[in-house]
Amino acid sequence: MEICSKIHSKNLVKWAKDKPEVFVLSADLTSSTEVDLFRDTYPDRFLSMGMAEQNMMSFAGGMAREGLFPFVHTFGVFIYRRALDQVSMSIAYPNLPVRMFGFLPGIMTPGGATHQAIDDIAIMRTLPNMTVLEVGDATEVETILAPAHAVDGPVYVRMLRGDLPRIFPKKEPFVLNKARLIKKGKDVTLFSSGICTEEALRATEVLARRGVEIEHVHVSTLKPFSDPQILASIEKASHGVITMENHTILGGLGTCVSEVMTRVGMNKKLVKLGLKDTYAHGASRNYLMREYGLDAMALVVSIEQLMGKTFKIKEEDLSSVRLEMVHSESKAEAL
Amino acid sequence: MGNRKQGTKNTWQEQAKNTARGVRLRVLDHTVKNNGGYLSQACSAAEILSVLYEHVMCLGPSEGAMVPVPFAGVPRQGMPQYQTGALYNGPKNPEYDRFIMSPVHYALVLYALLVEVGRMAEEGLELFNQDGSTVEMIGAEHSPGHEVTAGSLGQALSQAGGIAYARKRKKEKGRVWVFMSDGEFQSGQTWEALQALSFHKLDNIGIYVDVNSQQCDGAMVDVMNVEPLEHRIKFFGARVHRVNGHDVDALSCLKDEKPDGRPQVVLAITNPCQGISLLEKRRPKLHYVRFKDENEQKEYKNYLNQMQNSTDT
Repeated sequence: MEICSKIHSKNLVKWAKDKPEVFVLSADLTSSTEVDLFRDTYPDRFLSMGMAEQNMMSFAGGMAREGLFPFVHTFGVFIYRRALDQVSMSIAYPNLPVRMFGFLPGIMTPGGATHQAIDDIAIMRTLPNMTVLEVGDATEVETILAPAHAVDGPVYVRMLRGDLPRIFPKKEPFVLNKARLIKKGKDVTLFSSGICTEEALRATEVLARRGVEIEHVHVSTLKPFSDPQILASIEKASHGVITMENHTILGGLGTCVSEVMTRVGMNKKLVKLGLKDTYAHGASRNYLMREYGLDAMALVVSIEQLMGKTFKIKEEDLSSVRLEMVHSESKAEAL
Repeated sequence: MGNRKQGTKNTWQEQAKNTARGVRLRVLDHTVKNNGGYLSQACSAAEILSVLYEHVMCLGPSEGAMVPVPFAGVPRQGMPQYQTGALYNGPKNPEYDRFIMSPVHYALVLYALLVEVGRMAEEGLELFNQDGSTVEMIGAEHSPGHEVTAGSLGQALSQAGGIAYARKRKKEKGRVWVFMSDGEFQSGQTWEALQALSFHKLDNIGIYVDVNSQQCDGAMVDVMNVEPLEHRIKFFGARVHRVNGHDVDALSCLKDEKPDGRPQVVLAITNPCQGISLLEKRRPKLHYVRFKDENEQKEYKNYLNQMQNSTDT
């Protein structure tokens, strides 16, 4: 699988070239959120706001009222935790087109609990008018700007930085409120988001070879959550549904799926993989994914439990998987 | 009360004083009738708001309905018919100023003022705090005269900063005026906003602060001190003018000030019982007046009658 580096940095500069109304606001995390190239290329459209996020969010709301489009960049925690009242009252309430890019989702940083956005989806999803998106690979990072910018209202993007795998082909861009059907199957339905999709693919490859048919869906729009694909995939699961997210199991993808199931009265088991109502701590991504049951092995165990079988899969089987780019299964059908 | 003298040419000072007196009368009248109201805010802010509307600000004619329309829903996608309370401050033309109300607990005072300056009908004030009306007790952006939703205090200055930045970028001539209360200087965001206004050289913004030294719990010195406010704000890079908040000439000091790269702040030192000395008895709790009993209500009613008679002569 191709690994791409600093996709957002170059992509934002290219995309914003002919958009003089797009401004970037940064709270002292300019290179950490990959907007240093934007700052150097368009210094006139870059606002340094300092380490003062409450003012930054309200200020962005004011700019948006006057027809400018603020693209706020900082770590997710400083948007939805530190400045929640400001996001709610200065941006979400007036339905202003502020685009918020929250970096370091879940356990993606060794910075520990203060830097790990483990409940951002849960909180941002409850704000009326808010759209909530999450990227899972290089292609989504590269193609999210246009659909996010097309939204008539505020958008929170759970963003990735640095080296990213390209899981989805370049010609299959991010589409708002459209889940990606990665693989069809009838035994278990798996919904994964963000970095968990890459991790899940390690397990689904091996399980497929053992004859398990997994319906695997990658979700990148958490709000709205009305893609008919979600329910269609839930309906197919004969043993149950699993959600896998780099987030607390309260209020995120797992909750979104459970809400769909209860709405239609779908009586199926739902296993939610994610942080189990706990804060995390500072350590490496792989270490934390294993510690908190967000890794491929945790997924294997969940599927074994749902199906009442054991597949005798070892860590080595999972880590030796060579991931290939996945083409969306739904694409051909959609035609 | 509130009758603009037609045909006679008043100086703006006379006009502003009349307006301020009218604001106090209307808010007192409302308080007596409804057994409650934000009365001390009218006393402290009457001249500040009157001078802003009568002299300092350059606003176009109101575009709001004289009798405010009922509440039609919160802003959301696909709701183009949403009516902002900013309509009452005239069109958003590049040459016109903007008014941003920050301590929206003063909403009753602002509504009374809009009636006095002919931007809202008297009937509008009767809709105050009525179910289904936009003339809400604590103003939101659908409320007459309000442009932003500022009820969570301390956020409006930052929003005004964003507006001022955008207007500067667009080379608009109009300025942005913010009315604040001194209590908001206890909030960290106010200082974050001031440092950003200075840093980004937003000299198209002017801030009037009602320094009445009062807040919900009582006198500010007992709740959380913010003094010396003048020095603190100066050190954040703003130009500060400390004036008597009931002196209309002194309050007009920003009218012709030339921008010099710094945001401007007027600290209007006010008396929360100004013009209604009866209120003095209620110190130190002045934030919201609710009468203890019928006798007190009667006392205020008599006071109102005296005031009305003295105004009419």
